Amino acid sequence: MIDGLIMIVLILIKLGVIFAVIMTMAAYLVLAERKILARMQLRHGPNRVGPFGMMQPLADVIKLLTKEDFLPDRADKWLFLLAPGMAAVTAILTFAVVPFGPPLQVFGHELPLVVIDLNVGVLYFLGLSSLAVYGVALGGWASNSKYSLLGGIRGLAQLISYELSMGLALVPVVMLARSFSLTDIVLAQQAAPFILVNPLAFLIFLVSVVAESKRTPFDMPEAENELVGGFHTEYSGMRFGLFFVGEYINLVILSSMVTVFFLGGWLGPLLPGVIWFGVKVLALCFFFIWVRGSLPRLRYDQLMHFGWKILLPLALLNVLLTGAVLLWSRT
Amino acid sequence: MATVLFYLLGLVTVIATLLAITRRNPVHAVIYLVNSFFALALLFYLLGAPLVAAWEVIIYAGAIMVLFLFIIMMLELAPTPEADRMGPTWWQWLPVLLLALALVGCTLMLIGVDAGVAQGVPRWYATPRDFGFALFGKYALAVEVVSFQLLFAAVGAFYVGKPERKRRQKKEEGA
Repeated sequence: MIDGLIMIVLILIKLGVIFAVIMTMAAYLVLAERKILARMQLRHGPNRVGPFGMMQPLADVIKLLTKEDFLPDRADKWLFLLAPGMAAVTAILTFAVVPFGPPLQVFGHELPLVVIDLNVGVLYFLGLSSLAVYGVALGGWASNSKYSLLGGIRGLAQLISYELSMGLALVPVVMLARSFSLTDIVLAQQAAPFILVNPLAFLIFLVSVVAESKRTPFDMPEAENELVGGFHTEYSGMRFGLFFVGEYINLVILSSMVTVFFLGGWLGPLLPGVIWFGVKVLALCFFFIWVRGSLPRLRYDQLMHFGWKILLPLALLNVLLTGAVLLWSRT
Repeated sequence: MATVLFYLLGLVTVIATLLAITRRNPVHAVIYLVNSFFALALLFYLLGAPLVAAWEVIIYAGAIMVLFLFIIMMLELAPTPEADRMGPTWWQWLPVLLLALALVGCTLMLIGVDAGVAQGVPRWYATPRDFGFALFGKYALAVEVVSFQLLFAAVGAFYVGKPERKRRQKKEEGA
């Protein structure tokens, strides 16, 4: 009885800590992005609120919460109100299957550092990332505005196209690890992380992930200079904030996915696993910000061309090659 | 428990699909259909097939319905008389909220129920060979009826779609 109670309390604490860490990371990634981008463009970035502008995220949240919650004329009310939630919830639910450290021993209980180790974890990730499209599409459609609709349509097309190559880039990983469970995939990289074993899959996955996160150079759904704000043009206050935070949660999640699938997850010498995981994820986040600071936006046709005519065949070829090598090495 | 879940989920699937067919607003129809796919996925999970459940969500809810949505948004449908009113009221949204709540309830009940061991619903193992024999032997009539229905639907879609286009063309020629 007591044992069960301790277990439940531990699980609740774990869930609370994970939620708090992700939200904090998302909030401070916004600040980090603004700071780093500013430095790359020879500006200072936010530096007024608190020391080095460290309180800026809090100030932003207060600002967003106190803004008017605006509903456009003839908008589809319920869908308009629900869409930001869909975007944020699908993003944060994905973290449930990410293992961020080796199992801990607490009060004689083994506490796995993952919310749930599903045996179809990879499929869970792909399923949720394909559902994430609805937030963008329905938000764009329900706003009853041309800009939003165009942004929504672009978002749909882009996410669908790049999901394919993302899924196909994961097939070699599953073939190498012989498991759909993310914990098993991390453990299978003890000899060498999959980035060394299959660098092509890593590259395809990385590009698809940047496209999935709708960031420059793939930020067609919200291209500011043609669509005002894209699918979230008509949103204001915290509803816009939910889209915004969802995007940064997505960034954290996708970085963790790259870490788990290709960089060996929590595995690493000397330092404890959780720290290794954090370092890898933050390095990837920095990489994404760096990409945003240095690359221009693709044109829409270039984006589709690249996704369907280059990435997809390459990913298929990679699956074929990996299969052939695996067969050959076993005999 | 499992039997109750089965009938509850079946009910959600049927009601959501019926609502999807009868909606005038195509985007709302898509949302009801996605709802019914989620219920179907849970049914598959209950039958001891978590993989099929995952595919149901990824392929049907995540890819095919997204394509539907894409096409609906591309079509630029003429506004229906409904669109002139001030958007849908809460009672139009009551059914989808109730269905979604039922789904959430079923999911919560499923926590702790191991896939397949749920009593009441038998677990099936079938090789592709057995499956093929069952499909085209025992259930051949049902398969044929369904395929004819798909054919009728395709012909019907052409029939419904064509006069509209012709009329528009004539109008353009006249103008």
